[in-house]
Amino acid sequence: MTATTEINNIISEENLVYKKTSVLLDNEMHYCPGCTHGVIHKVIAEVIEEMDIQDKTIGVSPVGCSVLAYNYLDIDWQQAAHGRAPALATATARLMPDKYVFTYQGDGDLASIGCAEIIHACNRGENIVVVFVNNAIYGMTGGQMAPTTLDGQVTATSPYGRDCGSTGAPMKISEMVSLLPGTRFVTRQSAETAGAVRKLKKAIRKGFENTREKKGLSFIEIVGTCSSGWKLSPTQSNEWMKENMFPYYPLGTLKDE
Amino acid sequence: MGDVRLMKGNEVIAEAAIRCGCDGYFGYPITPQSEIMETLMIRRPEEETGMVVLQAESEVAAINMVYGGASCGKKVMTSSSSPGISLKAEGITYLAGAELPALIVNIVRGGPGLGTIQPAQSDYFQAVKGGGHGDYKLIVLAPASVQEMNDFVDLGFELSFKYLNPAMILSDGVIGQMMEKVELADYKPRWTDEEIEKISGSWATNGKKAGSERNISTSLDLDSAKQEVFNHKLQAKYRAMEENDVRYEKFECDDAEYLFVAYGSSARICQKSVELAREKGIKVGLLRPITLFPYPTKQIQEMLGQVKGILSVEMSAGQMVEDVRLAVNGKVPVEHFGRYGGIIPTPEEVVEALEEKILGK
Repeated sequence: MTATTEINNIISEENLVYKKTSVLLDNEMHYCPGCTHGVIHKVIAEVIEEMDIQDKTIGVSPVGCSVLAYNYLDIDWQQAAHGRAPALATATARLMPDKYVFTYQGDGDLASIGCAEIIHACNRGENIVVVFVNNAIYGMTGGQMAPTTLDGQVTATSPYGRDCGSTGAPMKISEMVSLLPGTRFVTRQSAETAGAVRKLKKAIRKGFENTREKKGLSFIEIVGTCSSGWKLSPTQSNEWMKENMFPYYPLGTLKDE
Repeated sequence: MGDVRLMKGNEVIAEAAIRCGCDGYFGYPITPQSEIMETLMIRRPEEETGMVVLQAESEVAAINMVYGGASCGKKVMTSSSSPGISLKAEGITYLAGAELPALIVNIVRGGPGLGTIQPAQSDYFQAVKGGGHGDYKLIVLAPASVQEMNDFVDLGFELSFKYLNPAMILSDGVIGQMMEKVELADYKPRWTDEEIEKISGSWATNGKKAGSERNISTSLDLDSAKQEVFNHKLQAKYRAMEENDVRYEKFECDDAEYLFVAYGSSARICQKSVELAREKGIKVGLLRPITLFPYPTKQIQEMLGQVKGILSVEMSAGQMVEDVRLAVNGKVPVEHFGRYGGIIPTPEEVVEALEEKILGK
């Protein structure tokens, strides 16, 4: 019996424990090795399939590395100007209250240029899910300093390390939005281990369930890696994230009402 | 005949929006157009027609809400005045780049900068030549009466859905604040989901239908070859607008030896100037562009056999005059007369300018 025949015998319906969700398209991803976006995309796609809401979900993609998120999830998408995704999502959710609307934003997009839009969408309690990927750097433009860049972190625009005395301290957006009455669920997750991915999936599912129950805004921050921007290998990136990011951006749920 | 009322131009924009089946208005207060959103808030159209009205946190957010709503195939609009339109410029070019229909109302005030809250026409370049980045055009409608404020809301939506391109009503503080008799339009119901599917199903992002491709509302294409092809498509659309949708009005032009070209409030003033000049024996007519893009270039050229000189009258330092000169191409003298910074010219001043600059008296 050849190895191929042996494998083909194993591939059968009764042995199936995992399969790629059909909501995730087969387009080759442009993300770098070790990037967290791919895992987060997969988790969102799985939740959409499991909740059977593919025909009712509208994603709003940002400007940044995930600008092309619409190439990977088989749902309707709007591509927003830099930072404006919560404004698009606001109108979309209000004009079509029976739909599931989420924004997908990075730290430059949400925490810097889009700070006004996210704060006010949170404050109004728009019935949307916000997926906020915080990897403490601008990825697409080549690794510049973000509002969430850590104290002393070297980036293309903080080549001697971030000087918080001059640039301000890294912004804890989840803590900020959790203070606003309009947010109902605020959580900070990660995706570096199988266990973390399972927790993340539960959080994203809860977000979409909140939309179904018209509970208001669910804010899901994911602390992620940027191997290219951090100039570390994928494995080193995960270690650096655990050592430096997690103490400043502690994982866990800040608010669940 | 519909309801006849005495109303302010700004109030009429709000009323016309409700009556034409608009799905959503997203705005931010700025003088001299705040009555538009105030009227909508008083009218509570969400209870009457289901129209969503939201005061956004900024002009930037408002235009991006319009982008989101337009992406769903809905009839959505915003309004502002000059400084606010500058803030919306980003969103406007994204709307044009994503080929989305939407209505933007600009009740122009004097500039530059914070300028003044008094009326002006100094945003012609911004409306007609760009304002935002990239090779795009807006459909620009210039009302000269409160009645046209009513009529152009529905027309603006009609044209923007016809071409899948944002449309702008370029008005000013005179028309916005002035009260006139207006015959309001009859109510049109908002589009049902089925109608939206029929009209915009091929592009609207309102949920991927089983068995059909997903829709993506985007202005991005990183492939330059494709981006050039897309730009050709946009240009072809703008040429089609020029071919099919130029609107203009002529006043006392049959025997005219001289011509005023003026739009909006300036055209109203020039109507009086035509009367005053004719009393003096000067045979002058008025050509009023109603669409500023597409511009009535051919209609101006058709007048060149009979007129000896043209005065472009604007409440600006001379913006539309460039398009008049492009149309005339040196065949007859073209001069500009304008008051600006919030000053409105008198009909007498305009006649004096005609005599001095065109008749050479």
